[in-house]
Amino acid sequence: MNDALSISAAIKSGQTTAKAVIKDTLEQIDRLNPLVNSLTTILRDQAIQDAEVLDRRLAQGEYPGILTGVPFAVKDLTDIQGIVTLAGSKINRDNPPATADATVVTALKQAGAILVGACLMDEYAYGFSTENSHYGASHNPHNLDHVAGGSSGGSAVAVAAGLVPFSLGSDTNGSIRVPAALCGIFGLKPTYGRVSRFGTFPFAGSFDHIGPFARSVSDLAVVFDCLQGHDPQDPISSDRPPALCFPELSKGLSGIRLAVADGHFAQGAHPEVFQALGKVVDALGITAKVTIPEAHRARAAAFLITASEGGNLHLERLRNRPFDFDPATRDRLLAGALAPANWYLQAQKFRNWYREQLEQIFQSVDVILAPTTPCMATKIGQQSINIDGVEILARPNLGVFTQPLSFIGLPIISVPVHLPNSLPLGVQLIAAPYNEALIFRVAKVLEDQGIVAAPVPNLINGSSVYN
Amino acid sequence: MNDRRLATLEVADIKVYLAQSAKLLNLPIPEECEQGVLDNFVRMQAIAALVNEFPLPEDIEIAPIFQP
Repeated sequence: MNDALSISAAIKSGQTTAKAVIKDTLEQIDRLNPLVNSLTTILRDQAIQDAEVLDRRLAQGEYPGILTGVPFAVKDLTDIQGIVTLAGSKINRDNPPATADATVVTALKQAGAILVGACLMDEYAYGFSTENSHYGASHNPHNLDHVAGGSSGGSAVAVAAGLVPFSLGSDTNGSIRVPAALCGIFGLKPTYGRVSRFGTFPFAGSFDHIGPFARSVSDLAVVFDCLQGHDPQDPISSDRPPALCFPELSKGLSGIRLAVADGHFAQGAHPEVFQALGKVVDALGITAKVTIPEAHRARAAAFLITASEGGNLHLERLRNRPFDFDPATRDRLLAGALAPANWYLQAQKFRNWYREQLEQIFQSVDVILAPTTPCMATKIGQQSINIDGVEILARPNLGVFTQPLSFIGLPIISVPVHLPNSLPLGVQLIAAPYNEALIFRVAKVLEDQGIVAAPVPNLINGSSVYN
Repeated sequence: MNDRRLATLEVADIKVYLAQSAKLLNLPIPEECEQGVLDNFVRMQAIAALVNEFPLPEDIEIAPIFQP
């Protein structure tokens, strides 16, 4: 019983109580968090209190919601009332505590879920590995010497290590999908604007998305359904009414046209990446290929926009407190702040052109597949990776396959593939805007067939499955 | 037709650009950060070339749409 829906059912049926579940969760966190460094804040008393309130409401015959008593954690750029929103930084420690929960936290609490903590991230979300100079690295539960991916590494680890059944992260250029892949769990980056960003610390407004991690497709769908919906407090929140995915899950592949992305997405990766992709492609019987044109330029344009928006966001902090930044983020933010406006504008024009190309592609295909990362999780501290005989920087290149797609806000699930004697890898299921239901259906088929799964590794005594 | 490729600045010229644009933005670059900022900017220049060299129709607008 370690998925959200089972926990909720067990509490509602009286098999266990919310308080018992939360106490177990907190014990598990106490045991494992020192090994994996997932959580930066643990809400002990608050979580127990919330659980007790929930148990009283249940006793009075109330229905608290679909996620009754389910513990969850959120990336620490998410406002939690009474807690300072760190966003992985030292500078934010000086801010006053958040006065209210972020919209997504309120929505999940309204569904009965219980928040147990905030998770480590790369400083200000500018990273793909969650190696943070202030708070340390998050450790991959499948091999503690390896990174969890980023920037939502702590959130992914919380789920992958079995601390909580689901968590929230954010994705700007890959920061949900990369850690989902490297930690071997499911991660959803919804359509841009589908999930409220209100009450979350930003990075690049053009690309920031909030989304869930989970160890099952059903859990991922249920959480996403709780988060969908217009939020008038978020200026980019979509007006479209929610399109629930959980009720669609068992509809199978009927009518879904599938293709594998070639070109940019079919090269520049280690062989096991394509093995993992191949497993998924074969299971789905896909023969069609599709070319997403100029994907390498899309990645470049996303980089420029991120650099400029990030630099602009942090300009005052860079002026006043440059040495309080993580050195890894500081110099990049400084460089971005100095980029000429024409680079940014040209990248935003290219974005329109590219969006039109994908719109045309989605006339004849419904779900596109691509790898999530070019390699398995690198070692903590590793600077470079060898791809096709060339040494390239490890960290920025973890996003080579994710960045061209978040660039235009497409909904994507990274599904986990566990090859034998291997660290986990991910495959991206990509759909046209607002078609989350289709990628959920494909993910469910793969899960039912046993092609994708998110088993929790045994972490006792820091042992790992890899060495 | 003009060559769409922007001139690629050499390191010496980039240093001048960074120093002057930092002054313009009132963004002091600490001496210890100069090399890191330079390295990142050199990388960014190459990345920008990928975008800037690509011909786009003249009537294409920037992606974000303002809603009054």
